[in-house]
Amino acid sequence: MGGAGMSQPAVVCERVEKSFGSGEQRLRVLRGIDLTANYGEMTFLLGPSGSGKTTLLSIIAGILRADGGTVRVLDRDLARLRNGEGAKFRLENLGFVFQQFNLIPALTAAENAAVPLLAAGARRKPAVERARALLADLGMGHRADVLPSKLSGGEQQRVAFARALIQDPRLVICDEPTSALDGAAGRHVMELLRNVAVSPQRAVVVVTHDFRILEFADRIAEIDDGVIQKIETRKRESS
Amino acid sequence: MNFVSLQMLTGDRAKYLGLVLAIAFSTFLMSHQMSIFAGLLERTRSQISDIEDAEIWVMDAKTRYVDEVRALSDQELYRVRGVQGVEWAVPLFKGVARVKNEEGTFRNAILLGLDDATLTGVPRRILAGSWQAIGEPETILIDRVGYQFFFPGQPYRAGGRLDVGGKWVTIGAVADASPPFVNLPVVYARYSDAIAMVGREPQQMSFVLAKPQGGVAPAELCRRIQAATGLKAATKQEFGWETIWYYIANTGIPINFGITITIALMVGALVSGQTFSLFILENLRFFGALKAIGVTTPRIVGMILLQAVVVLFIGYGLGVALTAAFFELTKDNLDLRGFRLLPEIMLLVAGVIFGVVLLATMVSVRRVAVVDPAVVFRG
Repeated sequence: MGGAGMSQPAVVCERVEKSFGSGEQRLRVLRGIDLTANYGEMTFLLGPSGSGKTTLLSIIAGILRADGGTVRVLDRDLARLRNGEGAKFRLENLGFVFQQFNLIPALTAAENAAVPLLAAGARRKPAVERARALLADLGMGHRADVLPSKLSGGEQQRVAFARALIQDPRLVICDEPTSALDGAAGRHVMELLRNVAVSPQRAVVVVTHDFRILEFADRIAEIDDGVIQKIETRKRESS
Repeated sequence: MNFVSLQMLTGDRAKYLGLVLAIAFSTFLMSHQMSIFAGLLERTRSQISDIEDAEIWVMDAKTRYVDEVRALSDQELYRVRGVQGVEWAVPLFKGVARVKNEEGTFRNAILLGLDDATLTGVPRRILAGSWQAIGEPETILIDRVGYQFFFPGQPYRAGGRLDVGGKWVTIGAVADASPPFVNLPVVYARYSDAIAMVGREPQQMSFVLAKPQGGVAPAELCRRIQAATGLKAATKQEFGWETIWYYIANTGIPINFGITITIALMVGALVSGQTFSLFILENLRFFGALKAIGVTTPRIVGMILLQAVVVLFIGYGLGVALTAAFFELTKDNLDLRGFRLLPEIMLLVAGVIFGVVLLATMVSVRRVAVVDPAVVFRG
């Protein structure tokens, strides 16, 4: 990969269009989005429900295809990915933190965190050992063998972080990471995310409508009605 | 990912057990009922199977099965013997006689009269006494069902006395004959004794049993006998199957068993299909998450098929084991003689249950295949 480093773009969206339905039912969800997310930064997509931020996130993740414009992620034009390449690209390069965590109830914390490694073909024992080490870094070492149903919301979120980071991805995508947490827990989780996820070789894109966590953003793109209304770049001291 | 797949399956204990038990129940019911059905059909031709020496059965041209015969004249025996290629031909009487013990307990029994000179058709599985004993006048062989009925609680032994058709005779041996379709005792006697027991009539010979000479195919000899005598001649196998097909076509047995087997199949398919479908539905968002992470759809379909195959193997194994245990535990029950789990039935049930459950699984798999991974971003 060329160009990975501070202020180099990991995600470049230009004039991205997306509609759902056809004819009179056609709904234009994204109307020419321009957005850049750089390595070493946390880029927040901020907007109300129905603004198009989740659709944009899905397009950046390569799960949805844009109808128009270009989307370059980690120097790859997503429109040129052939069938099956998208899944491989996501598995090798992207980490996900879902709003509902989506931890598999029958797997322990360590096993959940190891899922991307297992999906990539790693053997179970070393994969789970690596997940244990990562969970320990996240302060969850003593809870590695616990099922998700026995974990608090904050603990589940940390397991989700571990799962997102275990393949050392270059882009981490977080969907409403604090929506299921109270204020203090949400703040703690974001501090943790900033500490463990942000690095010069990695970009983090966060979708949120939680104004309490905006202080963690390096760049905030406000989106409404399928259009970027404002982009604000914040100067931060190196963490 | 096989580990993840199996953990997902067994992690939800209630659904996992529900799936396994539904398949086990369905397998048990199907294999059990099919075994009883096959056993009943096998019983219909038991007397044909038990007469091991004869390869060819000759009978009235209109005979359809072994239990309904029109008697032949003694002349027919000589005509059959005269057909080229017949090594030997002997008479067989088959009828019903009333049997009574010294206490007056009576019961109808199937009476088989065997050729006086050769005793062709005498059972060889003897529990007490000697099969050669019926070579003596007024001596019979009786099967163990009959012996236990007339001498309850007594060990098998020769020498007891019974009244057969009004004549007191001695038991020369107790035989382990195959169970007949109707669970009546089977009594073997010399042909001349059997005729005397039921009362002599102008025509009493039920069948002519024959054997082809070396080098003559049984089917060819059947054709020759039919052409020469106008009688019906069939090989042992042909006549056995004709008897089975008669019962299939002319009784409610296959319909009744068919209904039970179909219900078992439907219950198994519906319950396991529905449970599996619910299981998939409840895990849909996790499969969606796996897709979003980068697990391919074929890989996820493979995970689901693995789950289906595992519950199928365990459920089928349990069901078949239950059926086998049932027949093992009831093997000494005389009323259930002849019923057993056949390998063919195990294979047939395996094919049916695997097919049905995999079909139900494929319907569920469709949901996973088409699930949009973006669903995980929709809260």
